[in-house]
Amino acid sequence: MNIEIPKKFGPIINNAHQVALNVFRPISRKYDRAEHQHPKELDMLASVLDGFNEGDPESSAGASQTGKGKVVNDGSIKNGANMSTCLGALELSYGDAGFLLGMPRQGLGNAAIAAVANDEQLKRFEGKWAAMAITEPGTGSDSANIRTTAKKDGDHYVLNGEKIFVTSGERADCVVVWASLDLDIGRAAIKSFVVEWGTPGMELARLEHKLGIRASDTAAIVFTDCRVAAENLLGNPEIDTKKGFGGVMETFDNTRPLVACFALGCARASLERVKELMADHIALNYDKPVDNCSAIEAELYRMEADWEATYWLAMKAAWMADNKHSNSLEASISKAKAGRVGNHITLRCVELAGSLGYTEDELLEKWARDSKILDIFEGTQQIQQLIIARRLLGLSSKELK
Amino acid sequence: MAKDAVGYALNALNRLASSDVLDKVGLRKLVERLAYTLTRTGFQIITTTARTFKAKQKLDKPQRLNAPGETTLLFDLSITEEQQMIRESVQGFARDVLRGKAEEANRLHATSADTISAAQELGLNLFAVPEALGGAASERSAVTTALLAEDLAHGDMGQAIAILAPMSVANALTRWGSAEQQSKYLPAFADDHAPAATIAVTEPHVLFDPMQLATTAVKNGNNWILNGKKSLVPLAAEAELFLVAAMTDDGPAVFIVEGGSKGLHCGNDPGMGVRAAAMRPLTLDNVSVADSNKLGANDFNYREFIDLGTLAWCAMAVGTCQAVLDYVIPYCNDRIAFGEPISHRQAVAFIIADMAIELDSMRLLTWRAACRAEQGKSFQREAHMARTLVKEKAMKIGTDGVQLLGGHGFTHEYPVERWYRDLRIIGIAFGGLHL
Repeated sequence: MNIEIPKKFGPIINNAHQVALNVFRPISRKYDRAEHQHPKELDMLASVLDGFNEGDPESSAGASQTGKGKVVNDGSIKNGANMSTCLGALELSYGDAGFLLGMPRQGLGNAAIAAVANDEQLKRFEGKWAAMAITEPGTGSDSANIRTTAKKDGDHYVLNGEKIFVTSGERADCVVVWASLDLDIGRAAIKSFVVEWGTPGMELARLEHKLGIRASDTAAIVFTDCRVAAENLLGNPEIDTKKGFGGVMETFDNTRPLVACFALGCARASLERVKELMADHIALNYDKPVDNCSAIEAELYRMEADWEATYWLAMKAAWMADNKHSNSLEASISKAKAGRVGNHITLRCVELAGSLGYTEDELLEKWARDSKILDIFEGTQQIQQLIIARRLLGLSSKELK
Repeated sequence: MAKDAVGYALNALNRLASSDVLDKVGLRKLVERLAYTLTRTGFQIITTTARTFKAKQKLDKPQRLNAPGETTLLFDLSITEEQQMIRESVQGFARDVLRGKAEEANRLHATSADTISAAQELGLNLFAVPEALGGAASERSAVTTALLAEDLAHGDMGQAIAILAPMSVANALTRWGSAEQQSKYLPAFADDHAPAATIAVTEPHVLFDPMQLATTAVKNGNNWILNGKKSLVPLAAEAELFLVAAMTDDGPAVFIVEGGSKGLHCGNDPGMGVRAAAMRPLTLDNVSVADSNKLGANDFNYREFIDLGTLAWCAMAVGTCQAVLDYVIPYCNDRIAFGEPISHRQAVAFIIADMAIELDSMRLLTWRAACRAEQGKSFQREAHMARTLVKEKAMKIGTDGVQLLGGHGFTHEYPVERWYRDLRIIGIAFGGLHL
C-alpha cells in the first residue's frame, strides 16, 4: 500500500497549475461578468493541451483521455489516464471551473466518445469538440425517462426532441445526444448519437443565464426531424434489454471522479485564499488537538481534513478505473463527498472572510457560486446517495425509489 | 459539614463494601494478583508484579526496522499476500470469538484470559518484535498493524484494545527503545506468555493536550521521580509493564515503569464504553525509575510516539464503524414498517449511504498517515487530519447506528448501543496504543 501521488505526474500537475494561475485567474472575473462571451484566450491554450494529449495517455490532462481501453493490462498496478486526468482537472479547476468546463475539445461528449466509440468512430471524431446532451425540460436525474426519439430511416436516424443544459453546446463542433429508439422499451432503448453542428434540423434555442460557471456556456438545443447518419450511433445499435443502461452509464464511472476533482480544485482555491487572508489570526501547525484550538483554526482544520479525505476518495476511484476494477460505487462515493464538501467549504469561506468574501474584489464569492453546480451535474448529491444505498442494500430502483 | 478523618475512613469502607469491583475481579483468576492498599483517596489497587524482566542477551545497538521493501512508487491501495493472510485469520478470530464475547466482556469490565491467550496464538506480538530478539518482524509495519486494529475492532473495540495494548508497548520498544531497553523487555513479548503491558498518556483534566503533561518526571541522581495522575489506562491493574508519559525540564518524555513499582497504583473509574479494555486511572506517587528507563535512544520523537497512538485509535474507529454499517444493512432490509422494509425509504437509505461515504473517508485518511509513518516520512499533519475527521464522522456513524434501530438500538439486546459508547472514546484517548 502506498498513498502518494507518483512523481511522474509532477509535470502535468505543475503545467496545469501554471495555467490555472497565469491564464485562468487573471481573466476569471472578466468572463464571470461577461457571460456568453467566448473566452478567446482558451483557444490558444486548448492547442497546447492537444499537444499534451497526443503523447503518453498517462501524462494527459483532458476529458478525452478518460477511456478505460488505453492502458495495457498486464496484471501490474497502473497509475494511468484516469488519475492523471483527475489531477490535471483539479489544478485547472483551482484556476477556474468555468474555463475548465469550456475548454475546447475537452467536453464530456469527448469522454463519452472515448469510453464507447469504436475504432472507426474514434478516428472520425478525432480532434472534434463534443458536448453532451442528456437532460430535457421534463427529465433531469431520471435520465432513463428521456423523450427525445431516434427513428431508423434507411441509413439514417431521425431525431426529434429538446435538450437543455448542454455544456458548451453551441461552441462545440458536435453534440453527443441521448435519444430513445423505442419509448415503450425504456432504458435499454436509449442510445447516444454524435450530431454535428450544421446538420439540418438542429437548432440552438437559447443560452442560459446562471448562478455560476458563467464562463462556460449552457445551451438549449432543439432537434426537429434531424437526420443523423447511422454510423454516428455510439456503441451497439441493437436493443439489448438484458444489458439495459450499462453502456451509457459506464461513462459516469470515469467522469464522476473527474467532477469530484473539479469540486476539489474549486474548494482548494477558497480554502487557500481564506488561510492567506487569515494569516495574522491563525497558527496552523497541526500540533494542538482540534478542540483546543480557536474556533477559526478548528474549522479550518476540519475543512482541510474533509478536503483531504475527498481527494483520496477521488484518487481511489480513478485508480480503480485505471486498473480496470469495477468502480461505480467508489465513483459515486467520491462524487457525493466532493459535491457536499466543495459546496460547504466554498460557502463557509465566503462567510469566514466577511464582507471581503462576499464582494467581487475577491474571487471567494465566485467560487462559492461555481461550486454549487458541482453537487448537481454528473448526478446530484441525492442521486449518488441513491446509487450508493441501492448498491449496499442490494435493492433495485423499484424497491428503493 | 466538612468530612473529618472518621468520615474519610467510613466513606472509604463504605465504598469498598458497596463496590462491585471486588465481586467482578473476584470472578477472575487475576484476583490473586491484585492487592488493595488504603490511601488518602480510598482503596487503590497495587499494580501487578508477575515477572522479572531480564536481558537474555545484550544488544550492541537498538534493532530498528526499515521501511517495507515491497512498496512501489505508484499510488496503490492493494495489500500484500502476507497482509491478506494475516487479515483473514484476524477477521476470523474477531468474528468467531470477539463478537460473541463482547457483551459479557463489557459487563465484566474485562477481556477473559482465554481470549487473550487465543489472540496471542495468532502471533500478533511476533509482528512487533524484531527477529534478533525472538520475534518475526523484519520491517516496519504500521499499515499492517492498522489493518489488524481495524479487523479486531470490527469484532469488539474493548477487547481489541486489551489485545493490542501489549503489542503496542512492543511496537514502541522496537521503534524507540535503546539497546538495553530492547534486550531487557522485548524478548518477553515473543514468549508464549507475553506480559500484559500498556501505555499511559491521557490525564484526567479538561482540554488535555498530550504535549502539555501535568505528570512530572524530575531527575534525582541516577533516577527519575514520577508524580501525577493518568486516566483511561488499558489493563492498568493487570499490566506488568507501563510506558508512562511525563513532563521533564526538556519537554515531554516517556518512561518504562514496571508493574508493582512503589507508588504506582490504579483506581476504579470505568468509562462509558470500551469496558472490556479494563481501563483505569493510574496514580504515580513518587515512583522512582532508573535513568536507563527513560524511553529511547537519541532518535526518540515524542510527537511521533503520540501520533502512532492516535492512528491506532483511528484504525479502531474504522473497524467499529464498519461493524455498524455491516449490522444496519441486513437489519434495515429485514425490519418491516408501513408494509415494506425500512431500507426502501430514502430517509433510512441515505443515512446508510452517508455512513459508507464517511467510513471510506476515515479509512483513507488513516491509511494515508500510516503509510507515511511506515515509510519514514513526516506524518504529523496527516495524523492530525485523520484524528480530526475520524473522531467526528465515527461518532456520527455510531449515533446513526442506534437511530436506525430505534428503541431496539437503545437496549443491550443489540450491539449498536455498545458501539455508540465505544466510539465516543475516539477523540478522547491519547496513548494506550501504538502502531
